[in-house]
Amino acid sequence: MLTETIETVPIRSSEDIVRVRQKVRFHADAMGMSLIDQTKIITAASEIARNTFEYGGGGELLLEILRDGARRGLRVTFSDEGPGIADIEQAMSDHFTTGGGLGLGLGGAKRLVNEFDIKSQPGEGTRISLIRWK
Amino acid sequence: MPANFDALASAIEQSEKDLLRRWIAALTAAGATRSGQTSDKDLKDACGRFLNELRNAIKNGAGEDISSEQWQNAREVLEEISTARALRGYSPVETALFVFSLKEPLFDLLRQTLAREERLADVLVASGGLLDRLGLFTTEVYQKSREEVIKRQQDELLELSTPVIQLWDKILALPLIGTLDSARTQTVMENLLQMIVDAEAEIAIIDITGVPAVDTLVAQHLIKTVAAARLMGADCIISGIRPQIAQTIVHLGLDLQVVSKATMADALSLALKKTGQKVERIAARG
Ligand SMILES: Nc1ncnc2c1ncn2[C@@H]1O[C@H](COP(=O)(O)OP(=O)(O)OP(=O)(O)O)[C@@H](O)[C@H]1O
Ligand SMILES: [Mg+2]
Repeated sequence: MLTETIETVPIRSSEDIVRVRQKVRFHADAMGMSLIDQTKIITAASEIARNTFEYGGGGELLLEILRDGARRGLRVTFSDEGPGIADIEQAMSDHFTTGGGLGLGLGGAKRLVNEFDIKSQPGEGTRISLIRWK
Repeated sequence: MPANFDALASAIEQSEKDLLRRWIAALTAAGATRSGQTSDKDLKDACGRFLNELRNAIKNGAGEDISSEQWQNAREVLEEISTARALRGYSPVETALFVFSLKEPLFDLLRQTLAREERLADVLVASGGLLDRLGLFTTEVYQKSREEVIKRQQDELLELSTPVIQLWDKILALPLIGTLDSARTQTVMENLLQMIVDAEAEIAIIDITGVPAVDTLVAQHLIKTVAAARLMGADCIISGIRPQIAQTIVHLGLDLQVVSKATMADALSLALKKTGQKVERIAARG
């Protein structure tokens, strides 16, 4: 599988979350994703970006294009050096929130993409990768 | 140092007209009038006033520190000029040029007037430093004015993008366009609640055709708005949920806790029914 890094986007303010959505939209559109797939990956990225900002204390988005044979996909990876998540299963479950939200961001993002990968440990920060294939 | 400034002031006094003419020529050559955006007369006025205040300040014993009392009038002239330029969309460089392009004609003048005097170098250095500080002051003012312009535009946008429309007796419509951040949601909610009271509305149709993505935060904002409207005695209908948005709402597992309709027209017909109103086609004539 070939990966091509496109760019990184800092996540330091709520305006940056809007920029994340715009970048993801731009690249999803440029690779010819359908409107429905675009909206799914944009919405999922918006969720994880906001968690990165709110719970991770800010971080970074890495945008990559993947090629696997004839298949092309967009991978968005968010990383932060925040407190990390002790119980990932609990955090992923619907309606669990420690921040007064709806508690649907993590679970919802997972349902919106084709591949979802989360690595997190208390004190080690959090890294979440989402892939949407075209 | 004041001695150096005295030499500067008397040089200005001696050949004020000539200096003014050459300064304006330099400014015009550098494009300061911006093909008519600032009239020649305005430019001449501004230059004349500044030279005058520059001279007065020095006469009143002003020193190097341009934030001092004696520089007040000169600062005011510069403030006025920089603010006007910021509002007209001049660049910071174009704004700073106002003061900086005085340097060359002024230095020429000093070289002529003090040709054989030893203090020429000192006077030039002191005058150069003074003009640099005054020039930087204009960019500082410019920056502040631009920030105010941007802030005002943002405020206007907040208001602009959240109109509440009376659609029918007892029926309001709220077309949402763009990103629903927390600040905008607050404005939207306040406008809507006020209109519900003013129009004695029973139904509010919130149309999200113009919202690019509905994530959990947008959903939370919608749910709050709907709940607040309900407390004021109005029910909400959400319309304009496009197919791709409907799919993401389902995948996220969101429950908007409100009736939704595909289009504003469908929402209006439901609203009419709920408020006991009816629109009838007039029988075709002839
Ligand atoms: N990057 C992160 N660092 C630390 N904790 C996190 C991070 N991301 C998520 N969490 C934890 O996981 C919980 C669940 O996240 P999720 O996005 O599902 O819900 P939420 O953000 O609380 O609400 P919503 O996303 O619905 O508005 C959060 O409340 C938080 O405790
Ligand atoms: Mg979240």
